Amino acid sequence: MTVNMTKGQAISLQKNDGGSLTAVRMGLGWQAAPRRGLFGSRTREIDLDASAVLFADKQPVDVVFFRHLVSDDGSVRHTGDNLVGGVGQGGDDEAILVDLARVPVHIDQIVFTVNSFTGQTFQEVQNAFCRLVDETNGQELARYTLAGGGAYTAQIMAKVHRAGSGWTLTALGTPANGRTFQDLMPSILPHL
Amino acid sequence: MTAELVRGQNHPLSQVRLEIRVSAGTPVVASATLGDEHGRARGMEAVAHPGAPTLPGLEVSRQAAADHRLAVDLGAMPEAVHRVHVLLALPDGGPESFGAVAAPFVAVTSLDGTEVASYTITGLDAESAVVAVELYRRQGAWKVRAVGQGYAGGLAELFSDQGLPEPQRLAARIDEAVSQSLARAVPAPPQHAADGDRTRQTAVPAPGPDQTGASHRGSGPAAPQQPANPYGVPAPPTAPYGAQSTTAGGAPQPGIPSVDPSAATQPSAPGGPINYSHPARQTAAPPPPPPTAPPAAPGQPAQPVAGDATGWSMDERLYNQIWGMFEDLARTTAAYRSAVDFADSRMEKELDQALSDPRSRIGGQGEAARERARAKHADLVDQARAALDRDLAQLSAESDVVEPALPPAYARWDNPVWHAYRVPMEIPMALRLGDLYLPESELLRIPMLVRLPLERGLWIDAGFTEAYDESFADAHELRHRAMETAVALAARLLAVYPAGEFTVQVIDPAGSGSRALVPLVRTGVLPAPPAQGAAGVADVLTRLTRRVDLVQMAVRGGAADSLPSGLDTAEQLLIVNDFPHGFDDRAVTQLRYLADEGPAVGVHLMMVADREDAQAYGPLLDPLWRSLLRLTPLPDDHLADPWVGHAWTYEPALVPPGSEVLQQVLTLVAAARTKYM
Repeated sequence: MTVNMTKGQAISLQKNDGGSLTAVRMGLGWQAAPRRGLFGSRTREIDLDASAVLFADKQPVDVVFFRHLVSDDGSVRHTGDNLVGGVGQGGDDEAILVDLARVPVHIDQIVFTVNSFTGQTFQEVQNAFCRLVDETNGQELARYTLAGGGAYTAQIMAKVHRAGSGWTLTALGTPANGRTFQDLMPSILPHL
Repeated sequence: MTAELVRGQNHPLSQVRLEIRVSAGTPVVASATLGDEHGRARGMEAVAHPGAPTLPGLEVSRQAAADHRLAVDLGAMPEAVHRVHVLLALPDGGPESFGAVAAPFVAVTSLDGTEVASYTITGLDAESAVVAVELYRRQGAWKVRAVGQGYAGGLAELFSDQGLPEPQRLAARIDEAVSQSLARAVPAPPQHAADGDRTRQTAVPAPGPDQTGASHRGSGPAAPQQPANPYGVPAPPTAPYGAQSTTAGGAPQPGIPSVDPSAATQPSAPGGPINYSHPARQTAAPPPPPPTAPPAAPGQPAQPVAGDATGWSMDERLYNQIWGMFEDLARTTAAYRSAVDFADSRMEKELDQALSDPRSRIGGQGEAARERARAKHADLVDQARAALDRDLAQLSAESDVVEPALPPAYARWDNPVWHAYRVPMEIPMALRLGDLYLPESELLRIPMLVRLPLERGLWIDAGFTEAYDESFADAHELRHRAMETAVALAARLLAVYPAGEFTVQVIDPAGSGSRALVPLVRTGVLPAPPAQGAAGVADVLTRLTRRVDLVQMAVRGGAADSLPSGLDTAEQLLIVNDFPHGFDDRAVTQLRYLADEGPAVGVHLMMVADREDAQAYGPLLDPLWRSLLRLTPLPDDHLADPWVGHAWTYEPALVPPGSEVLQQVLTLVAAARTKYM
């Protein structure tokens, strides 16, 4: 049961049987733009980076990205930087694992972002997607396609936030510009 | 270079002391018969079986197991024996026939675990007993042949085919012995030391670093315990398999550190020969019995289990588990601290707001706002504390099962495992230098493990730091404590290295450390008394410098065998007390050379010093201090973890007051050392 989300849509991360999710994975996959011309070595590789910013009461407390792969508390983990994207259709090129049960109590929102580190806009990227997977059984909960890939280099994809005793996922899909998550901070704050 | 035999094929054996490893997917009984030149066994006394496991030159397991290791010494076989048949049979209560289980695998290996020949017994169907392989004499030399002859009628039919009298009775006796050993195995206490282990450890002439896990266990290949014992060591009261049957029976007991034979493949023994065999092939040789789960295996669901981590050997698994605990504690504490910090700063902000809001100055509104802020703060802190307590409880439970399961190298001095101490056969993966803890959880101690061989020197800081309270203002007492710490750590290093592979030298220029050095000096583990005075300092340093230089030359030239014969090839630990007392400029330079170049060629420093004493050198010695791992004789929070950077309090691994364990251990080390020399 995959939900294709559109901007602003929120889904609750409660399981159907009422139990809440304990571990989710935010996956990011993309394909490089087809190369042009004769000089294969000069293909412009595209490096997208997934980041997760942890907020407590609208203040950024911790961030997980390619230079800080594990949040200090160990609950959010980045599987590692992928510099070139996937060669074919496929799976996640970068993934961020969130152990929701272990997220420190004061963290109430986690925002996932994508940046084009090499500077290409999303027009040059194919099949970019973000998805949320229930890590305990591998089921895809939600998929958000980077639709309307315009002349932007970043996108604030989604956020998970505490709602009652569980967590809720909201698709944001706001385009922005920036090389790393730091550049996005002004665009993130309105969504908190 | 393994010969993979097919049925009927033979292969010459160049060694007489061998091990036959059997691995079947299900518990099987292993026995062996000794036959004359016609292949006939003389009688019941020519059969080694679980009821009578030992024969001259041969030993089998007392119980049924999925994996067996049979020790064979062909040189100790009586002249009349020309054939040795290795038999496998399915015990009562298990599968009915070999057709229902995976094909058994048999490997003939040398003592260091290298496979000589292997044979997978395929094509079995209704048979419940099988002659797996045959070792036979041909013109004075021994060969192995893959036989694979099965018998549907079980052992009784097999024995009658071999011409044994009363085959039924013998088969029944074996069944009885197997079921008895099962019954005996379950309630056995966790017992670590296997006697067979001991004799081997002290008796083996030159245990090099290439001695692998394969030969390191009670179940090891072991010299046969019978009259023909080639080592001339008095046969121990229990045969190796006797001990094994008790430990292997209660397999999941956490108290049994075990070494997987595949440890042979892990690169934990630098300096040993490189093993070129494909790691995936190693699984072909069955692992040793201890992890064998008997039918009565009590599962421990949800409970933490010692060794619950990845690794090739129990040593490595425990090491990884401890690092996992270390990281988990660091992170869970980080979560708690960041939540509390956040709660604090939020409350402060809200209190400020309430104070600056002019409306709150009238009436009870301000008070109510402050109240709310405090309540929010308390609420969040409580939640954070609850999360921390939940994690701490989990980690404490894990620590409670892991601590008793630790091998000596990882264990505290008060761990009973030290009382059963035996000089080891191989270098462990790591050594415990002490405990680490955080103020939030002072009761939860994480072992501080460093990899062996040491990569950095150690510095036991004899200086006073702010962390100590006034009771240790006495500088003399502090220095003594520092020296005691150094001795306890040096003793650990001596104890966990195989005999003769670690040498401790001491420089004590003014003799001020003599009181603390008593255990080392009196037990005779030091090759020479502590060097005193400037002359002693110069002498020791010059010798060690020369050693480093020679070994470096030999290593670079690829001529490790051309080292002078008088050179002690053991790793060296130099304890330096009272630095820089007795040191001239030349000696200081030599010391720095040793600190820089020594660790790579097995020369390590342990400085017991107060940095203040070396003040006169100014910043010149800073690189020296930085290159050493600083430890303190008293608990002090100066060590940081690699993940979050908390300040962890280090407490050295000291011998409990009044305990004799240090003397006992060092006496054993000294005895082993004397024999080795």
